[in-house]
Parts: sequence; structure tokens; C-alpha cells
Amino acid sequence: MSDTSLPKPRSEMGETMHHLLRDPLGLVGLVIVTLIVGSALLAPWIAPYDPIAMNIPDRLQGPSAAHLLGTDQIGRDTFSRVIWGGRVALQVALPTIGGAVAIGLILGMAAGYGPKWLDTLIVLFFDTLRSFPTVMFALAVVALVGPSLNTVILVIMATSIPTYGRVVRTLTQSLKEAEFITAERALGASTLRIMGVHLLPNVLGPLAVLAAMDIPTVVGLEAGLSFLGMGVRPPTPSWGSLLNDGYSLIRNTPWLIIAGGIPLILTTIGFTFLGEALRDVVDPKLRGKGGK
Amino acid sequence: MLSYILRRIGLALVITVLAVTTLFVIIHAIPGDPVSTMLGPRASEDMRAALEQRMGLDRPLPVQIALFFGNMLRGDLGTDVFSNRAVTEIVLGQIPYTLVLILASIAWSAVLGIALGCYSAVRRNSLGDRLTGILSVSVIAVPAFVVSLYSLLIFAVRLQWFPAIGAGDTGDILDQLHHLVLPSLAIGLSWVGYIARLVRASMLEVLGEGHIRTARAFGLPERRVILGYALRLAILPTVTVIGVGMGFLLSAAVFIEIVFSRPGLGSLVIDSIMQRNYPVVMGSVLFSTLIFVASTTLADIVNAILDPRIRSGK
Repeated sequence: MSDTSLPKPRSEMGETMHHLLRDPLGLVGLVIVTLIVGSALLAPWIAPYDPIAMNIPDRLQGPSAAHLLGTDQIGRDTFSRVIWGGRVALQVALPTIGGAVAIGLILGMAAGYGPKWLDTLIVLFFDTLRSFPTVMFALAVVALVGPSLNTVILVIMATSIPTYGRVVRTLTQSLKEAEFITAERALGASTLRIMGVHLLPNVLGPLAVLAAMDIPTVVGLEAGLSFLGMGVRPPTPSWGSLLNDGYSLIRNTPWLIIAGGIPLILTTIGFTFLGEALRDVVDPKLRGKGGK
Repeated sequence: MLSYILRRIGLALVITVLAVTTLFVIIHAIPGDPVSTMLGPRASEDMRAALEQRMGLDRPLPVQIALFFGNMLRGDLGTDVFSNRAVTEIVLGQIPYTLVLILASIAWSAVLGIALGCYSAVRRNSLGDRLTGILSVSVIAVPAFVVSLYSLLIFAVRLQWFPAIGAGDTGDILDQLHHLVLPSLAIGLSWVGYIARLVRASMLEVLGEGHIRTARAFGLPERRVILGYALRLAILPTVTVIGVGMGFLLSAAVFIEIVFSRPGLGSLVIDSIMQRNYPVVMGSVLFSTLIFVASTTLADIVNAILDPRIRSGK
């Protein structure tokens, strides 16, 4: 048998990875994201100290070999708090985005595929949800029920639903008219089958890209609300509460602010680069839809 | 055209009504109520009943909503339970500070963003274009309050070039501008990159169009073609984005006002939450929602006037 020089076709996943690794910014993004997610998952093993253990004699120290990023006003190790803070950030970001994507997916597909009246109703619902400035809305709810992680998750989820819902709706509308869907319908496929088997896989790719690019926004919001004292409760370490400590001690030490801000900046850069690279692979047409 | 504008305004009204109703329903649906929040756990039944009656919370929900809308149309959002001043008056007193901050931020970032985007499009794939691209992507989503804390640390606390707190003396414009530099830097920074990318993309599209080729064929100087013809069209998407971005700007302003201890809607909300001053919290949230809805509506209308393709409903 003669060996032809045709390369072996790669799987879709392999293809995506291949493109991603060839894009320098995508590679940088992938490395940063792996680092952040990895350190959050491995926090109990890699954090040098207990993130909530006080050590008053060692308070407000600058970086040293013993404390890589120094210590805070009650002697807690800042580096360990940064690592554990990543856990909180992901604990908020993943359920928030997961929930918003799931609800947005269902509503968006119903609006895009369903009858006109349903579409009008759902779009109106999206527009109403979208009309609340997220932070103001979150503050109003927190004012009533008191600060908690779950409140933060629910509020950000609610205000993020329209972002995903609208994209799914537009994609569904354009797919609805595609030939392969018309053919399925002519063959007698049920609406559920068309939506689940044919529309869903085509919508998921672009949605994943949007979700990846949305993670920094959600992480930033959680940090912001915790910074204002309206999110995570002390002594739980969060990047936002680190910044809050740093803000009140800004004239004593710069290290808390520096340490709290860097992971937020890295998260932003990592997920944005990764999202941009993924988008170029998955759907070049989505260019310019991310960001704000 | 007129019918589009009327329809768009009608939609905005519907959304406002729905949003206000949603706020109301949420307050009633979630655990915790304004009265216990404001009075604390040790309030007697009499005190609760008195405050409930004063805030109108003892009536059925639909009646409350109807009353609220009636009062809202007369510009009455209730009274601050503590100081007895009208909520509308308190909130309106703070809005100018927030609007000045937002406008200053968006103004400098739009000017710089449009210039960078224009340069990137004209010098496509040059080193400058690539650097602008990478920088834009990197700063787009960095939270404004992180930028504000870093700039506070560097330029106010360490270098002491700019003041760290307040909005400056009333009447002293220079002092106020001096106080505005760091806060508007923090809000505007992420917008520079965003607008630059947007303008670059639309500029590249416009440069490929027929009337630009015609202008070039007529021998107009390149400068004139770019600045006089292409840019005028290329900045259109920026208008929409700023309108829709009002929600982000308002959210960012909340943090920035706290970080720099500036007066404004954000400071008002946080202070009111701390004092458990519920009517003022609701009034501020309501006003910021109104500002947001109004700005998205305005952006849509301006866009429709500038681009006839939108009016026909795509």
C-alpha cells in the first residue's frame, strides 16, 4: 500500500487547539488562564499559609522570601489570600455565566424559532433586564437582603441573560432559514429535535466564545462589589476585599493594592486574549461583538 | 422617520414601566423588607406599622405600583425618611457630578480612541497598528476601579501630582478639572481601546467604498479624503456604542466616586445603603435606569437619522 503524503485529518477539538497555539496572543491567554484556574483549584496545596490565619507581629510587611507579597493589617499572608481569592472569583464567575448562558440559550432559541408574539415578548423581557445598570441593580438588591455571594451571583446572572439570549436569538433566526433545517422539517422532524440536535450545536460555539470573554467582566464585578463591602464577607479572601484593605491602608503600604489588582488584570488579559483567539477560529463573523 | 422615532420612544416608555414594575416586584419577592432594613431588628410593631404607612407599604401591591407611577409622573419619588427632604431633590442634586465625570471620561477617550483607530486603519499592519491592537485588547476589560486604585496610588499618594479626594471647590473651574483628571482617566482608559478598535474596523470598511475611490480619483489630498470623507462615516458606530455603554459608564462611576470620595449618584447610593435609607437607594437606582434607557433610545434615534438603513428595520 502506498503511503500518501496527505496529512491525517484532525478532530475539531484538535483543529481548534492547533489554531490557538499558532496565535501568539491566544497562547499567552491560554497560559495565563491555565495558571489562574490551576492555582485556584490547587489553592490548598500551593498556598504557603492559611489565608485567614492572623499573625499580628508580622503585620503590614513588604514582600520578602517568607511572604512573597507581604502581609496585611492583621498579618495574613497576601500571596496566599491572592491564590484563595482566585477560588472565590471562579466560584462566582462559573455559576453566574453558566446560569446566564443556559437561560439565555433557552429563551433565545424560543424567541428565534417560536412564533412572532413569543419573540416580541422575550425581546421585551431582554430589553427590560438590560435597562438596569448592573452595579446599581446589584446595590439595590444588596441593600435589601444584605451582602452575600449568592446575591451577587443572582444579580449578575439576571443582568447577563440578555447578552447571551440576543446572540442565540439572532443565530437561531438565521439558521432557521438554512437549507438543512428546511430539509429536516420536510422530513417531519419535531421542533424539539430540530432545536436540540440541529440548532444547538451550531449555536454553542459562538456562545462559548462570548462566555469566555465575559468571565473577566463577571470577575471584575464580583471584585468591585466585594471592594465596596457588598459582596464576599470577611474573612473570606477575595481580590476585591484585598483591594478594599489596600484602599484603607493606601498611605501605609502599596502592596495590598498591587497584589489585589494584578490577578484582576491578568484574568482580564488572559480570558480576553483566549476569547479573541477562539473567536477567530470558531466564527470570524463575530469580530467586534465582544468587549463592552 | 418620525414614525420610527415615535415607535422607539414608545418602546422606551414600555421598558421604563416594565423596569420600574420589576424593581417593585423584586422588592416584594425577595426576603427582607425595607421596613425591617431601616428600623433594625429591635423595632416595635407600632414603629413598623407607622413607617409602613408612611412609605405606603401597607397597601396592596398593585395599588402601590399605581400610586408610585402617579407620583413619579409628578416628579415625586417620596421623602427621605431621615432628613425629610424630597428624594427627587436629593438625587437631582447629585446627578450633575456623575454626568460631568462620565462626559469627561468619554470625551477624552473618544478623541484619543478615534485618533488611534484612524491611524491604525490608515497604517494598517504597521508596527504602530499592531501595538495599538494589542494595547486595546489588553485594556478593554480591565475593571475601571482597578485602574482608579493604581492611579490613586501612583499619581495622588506617591507622586502627589493630583488630589486624592473630592470634586474640587465649587466655582473654581481649574481646581475642578484638576480633580477630574484621575477619575476620568480610570473610567475612560478601557474605552480608548474599545473605540480605537471600532473606528479601525469601520474605517477599513469605509475606505473600500466607492465614494472614497472617487474622491481619490479626483486627486483630493489623502489627508482630506481621510479626515473629511472617511472619518465622518467611520465614527458612526461609536455613537451607538457610547449610548449603549451608558450602563457600563454609570456602573464604573459608582466605584470611581467611592475611590476618589467624589459626590455623585454612586456615593449617594453607597451612603444610603450604609444608613439603610431605603427610599433614596430606590430613587437613585430609578434615576440611573432612566438615564440608561434615555441614552440607549437617543443613540438609536441619532443612528437612525445618520443611517437610513436602520429605519426600515434591517
